Amino acid sequence: MEPTTAPAKPQFSPAAQAEIKRLIAHYPEDRSKSALLPILHIAQAEFGGWVSPEVQDLVAETLGLRPIEVYEVSTFYTMFNLKPVGKHVLEICRTGPCMLRGSDELTQHLERITGAKVGETSPDGNFTLKEVECLAACGFAPVVQVREKYYENLDTNEAVDGMLNELRSLVHRPILPWEETGLPNSLKNN
Amino acid sequence: MGRKLLTEHIKVEGIDTFDVYRKHGGYRSVEKALKTMTPDEVVEEVKKSGLRGRGGAGFPTGMKWSFLAKPEGVPRYLVCNADESEPGTFKDRELMTRLPHLLIEGMITSSYALGANTSYIYIRGELLYVLRILEKAIAEAYANGFLGKNILGSGYNLDLHVHPGGGAYICGEETALLESLEGKRGNPRNKPPFPAVQGLYARPTVVNNVESIAAVVPIVNDGGDEYAKIGVGRSTGTKLISACGHLNKPGIYEIELGVPVEEFIYSDEYCGGIWKGRDLKAVVAGGSSVPILPKELILKTAAGEDRLMTYESLSDGGFVTGTMLGSGGFIAMDETTCIVRNTWNFSRFYHHESCGQCSPCREGTGWLEKVLHRLEHGHGSMHDIDLIVSVAKQIEGNTICPLGEAAAWPVAAAVRHFRHEFEWHVTNPKEATAPGAVYRAAGVLA
Repeated sequence: MEPTTAPAKPQFSPAAQAEIKRLIAHYPEDRSKSALLPILHIAQAEFGGWVSPEVQDLVAETLGLRPIEVYEVSTFYTMFNLKPVGKHVLEICRTGPCMLRGSDELTQHLERITGAKVGETSPDGNFTLKEVECLAACGFAPVVQVREKYYENLDTNEAVDGMLNELRSLVHRPILPWEETGLPNSLKNN
Repeated sequence: MGRKLLTEHIKVEGIDTFDVYRKHGGYRSVEKALKTMTPDEVVEEVKKSGLRGRGGAGFPTGMKWSFLAKPEGVPRYLVCNADESEPGTFKDRELMTRLPHLLIEGMITSSYALGANTSYIYIRGELLYVLRILEKAIAEAYANGFLGKNILGSGYNLDLHVHPGGGAYICGEETALLESLEGKRGNPRNKPPFPAVQGLYARPTVVNNVESIAAVVPIVNDGGDEYAKIGVGRSTGTKLISACGHLNKPGIYEIELGVPVEEFIYSDEYCGGIWKGRDLKAVVAGGSSVPILPKELILKTAAGEDRLMTYESLSDGGFVTGTMLGSGGFIAMDETTCIVRNTWNFSRFYHHESCGQCSPCREGTGWLEKVLHRLEHGHGSMHDIDLIVSVAKQIEGNTICPLGEAAAWPVAAAVRHFRHEFEWHVTNPKEATAPGAVYRAAGVLA
């Protein structure tokens, strides 16, 4: 019987490799482990919004670390998704100040219109719902983070629809984290 | 109108660029310090200013700086804590986005004072878009000779980098932040040794909040004595207050310390009163960790004096009738707010964010969340109310870092001031859990 081909090992794109090199240079030579969190962010953006064990092994190899040194970190920080996600991960802030201005209702609303419960991905694969703790934009509550962008003041149907339509219109491709994305309204202009 | 030392030019078009910032007096403190002052003289001005750590602890910045060990031939570091995550606090994001060069200027002047040749800004990972703004501004500072080798011909060298976290409240604690910056889990370190002796890479390190570093700029420009003239008593200078919750005008306000709380909440210059014409019920004045106070006690001290926005006035009465200025995360709650639900929400936050290192915190925060959940959902008993107070007491003081206290204080204070509301949840579970009995948003999403 023919041996089955092993799945291709993930590789960083040339752009990502260049960025990784730039980041490692920020730290003393014998301290390149410091670049672990920045590189995990790059890896997550490169490989479909989550870090599989294979991707984490690649990160370990890139930094000359033992795989466990990456696993123990990726499981500690909540931004790293350890399971496959939909095209867009909606990270809904659920902490006090957002709750005071309707984050519970926002979550229920998003569950209703996406067809996904918190922790799940919508049947069309577009949206994964995730509840997160304070995003530090409490004056513009309720707030949802999607990749690098904050959507704020999501207390009307219009605002929520605006967010979802903007996300639906994005071409699905890996977005490298250092690409420019829009600022939330509260930080735009003056 | 109070003086604005940090945000005077925040509305100027293009102030986030080097040229416009420079045109409005930017980078003067770097010129002054590097050309006319010794590092110790800069430290002396910061001491004279009375500046207190703006991240929440309120520890005098100049004193913190003077603790820094300076062994020969050993590099030392300045690390800026931009891991803003204390619920209710969103001031540093605004400062870094709109005035990135103010933070960079403060970092250069402060690094010079401390003798650091490499400095880091540790920013929470959620704010990658702000990280990009800072990196762009840093590149401009390099291009204009304010970073890199031999800055302004002074012989002083400085490299400045921004480092993202990965989503962990605990990394706002300075030793957890240093662990995280080293590429590890954010477990706070046992102290001593303090970071001033063994910090980043076991080298002497100072960790300061964004706003503290930014305040060094006006302090060096105008002198520590001038800065100390603003404010009341030991609460000197200006403070950014991020106001949220049920206010007509939530947002970020730079105030002179000493503004009466009542004026801050109700005047049109600041928050413009409580939304929807409702009455104020309670305030968490300094980020979710500080004790909640009912309306009567946030507006007046127990002695009946006006409560002021200062470290001393807000803590007047200790935790029996007072609270803390903390990070300046000011959360206002209107009369429809369910205190039990809010307390449960905060407990869930601390349970989620506990690093799990110390048993009293790891287990205690879980119990607080669990018992508060059943109280909120109508399954609690009178004994549960005493139970959460007892659990909170057993966490307090028994952990490596202050997350333990941060989890315990809000619970103890909520029961202290709103015990009747907890009891009502036990005696009237049906009513308490009925729709409308807890806070509901405007109904726009119904």
